[in-house]
Amino acid sequence: MCSVCGCGDTVRVGDLDLSHADAHRFGLAHHHHGLGPAGLSVPGLTQSRLIEVETAILSKNDAIATENRHILTALGVLTLNLVSSPGSGKTTLLCKTITALGDAPLAVIEGDQQTSHDADRIRATGAPAIQINTGKGCHLDAQMVAAAINDLRPRTGSYLFIENVGNLVCPAAFDLGEDAKVAILSVTEGEDKPLKYPDMFTAASLALLTKTDLAPHCDADLSAYEANLRRVNPTIEILRLSSRTGDGMDAWLAWLRARLAAKGAT
Amino acid sequence: MHELTLVEGIRTIVEDHARTQHFARVLVLRLEIGRFAGVEKQALHFAWDEGMRGSPAAGAVLEIIDLPGQAMCIDCDQVVQIDDRFDPCPLCGGERLLPQGGDEMRIKNMEVV
Ligand SMILES: Nc1nc2c(ncn2[C@@H]2O[C@H](COP(=O)(O)OP(=O)(O)OP(=O)(O)O)[C@@H](O)[C@H]2O)c(=O)[nH]1
Ligand SMILES: [Mg+2]
Ligand SMILES: [Zn+2]
Ligand SMILES: [Zn+2]
Repeated sequence: MCSVCGCGDTVRVGDLDLSHADAHRFGLAHHHHGLGPAGLSVPGLTQSRLIEVETAILSKNDAIATENRHILTALGVLTLNLVSSPGSGKTTLLCKTITALGDAPLAVIEGDQQTSHDADRIRATGAPAIQINTGKGCHLDAQMVAAAINDLRPRTGSYLFIENVGNLVCPAAFDLGEDAKVAILSVTEGEDKPLKYPDMFTAASLALLTKTDLAPHCDADLSAYEANLRRVNPTIEILRLSSRTGDGMDAWLAWLRARLAAKGAT
Repeated sequence: MHELTLVEGIRTIVEDHARTQHFARVLVLRLEIGRFAGVEKQALHFAWDEGMRGSPAAGAVLEIIDLPGQAMCIDCDQVVQIDDRFDPCPLCGGERLLPQGGDEMRIKNMEVV
């Protein structure tokens, strides 16, 4: 029996009998639902009322992200949200970057569904790292990052790197309070990835085209990667690099130092 | 977008409103979704019943209202409406467009008892 009005279990649509749940699944308004702006009037039920909500679905996340951004900006911490598909080379790049930055203060938040492998790899460089396991969750959210910031207590004027869960979809929609999203795209993934997952590359300020040492082995066309990145995001900055050979690392380090300096000045 | 993630977000907002606005049940919930939001409507409907089970919106009808996609054309410096994320500028044919709006995902209103 329908728990709203006590109608029978099936709903007649044309010559089909649908279960009540199926009628809802197919978005079918039947006799007690969706009777227009006047609302519904079913004997024995009070008149329905319309509540204007006008609230973004992710508004709770966005509010916490704004709070994170306030705290991190007050500390002059440059916060970067590293996003990519699984295995593009985020952790490898972070380890090389940490070593190259020498004694610059920094901290890392690692997001993965399972294991603390990546945080262990970061800690092996001597940098503080917190591992967040999202379980079934496919992205980090602002609440998880707020808790990690509270534990890590990033130093004034430091770098905070957040390695998001490897996933080109949902992390695009979840603001964490970062200064910029950095999209990592390895040259083994295929030139069309920006076109297939436009949201992520639209949200990113910088794209790092990584594993360039492998380009000759997989017939990668680097300028096609760049053209497709610019097609979805005409203002994106792009740097090519290889964590393995170190090619292009200098430009990435210069980008980081310039962004940190600009952040401190605000 | 993973639509179950969205349904969880909606559920939280519904539960908050049920507490503060004192209602027991949502009959109809209306969402506004921009054309560029990357939401698969079919998948959202599919996730709906499962994701709302045990909440005030269990069994509620989900209505989705499309919002147009807007973009700023870098070539002619105008804000234009486009249907598809990769459509060229309808004014100058340029292909360098910055999405501006059209990524909305919000609850507009709900009918409750
Ligand atoms: N040849 C080459 N291999 C690389 C490079 N960067 C990373 N790799 C390899 O790519 C694989 C994945 O690297 P990770 O750094 O674990 O990638 P990740 O993006 O952190 O992976 P997840 O966190 O699981 O999403 C490893 O086998 C790395 O050794 C590179 O510049 N060149
Ligand atoms: Mg990793
Ligand atoms: Zn997801
Ligand atoms: Zn134009």
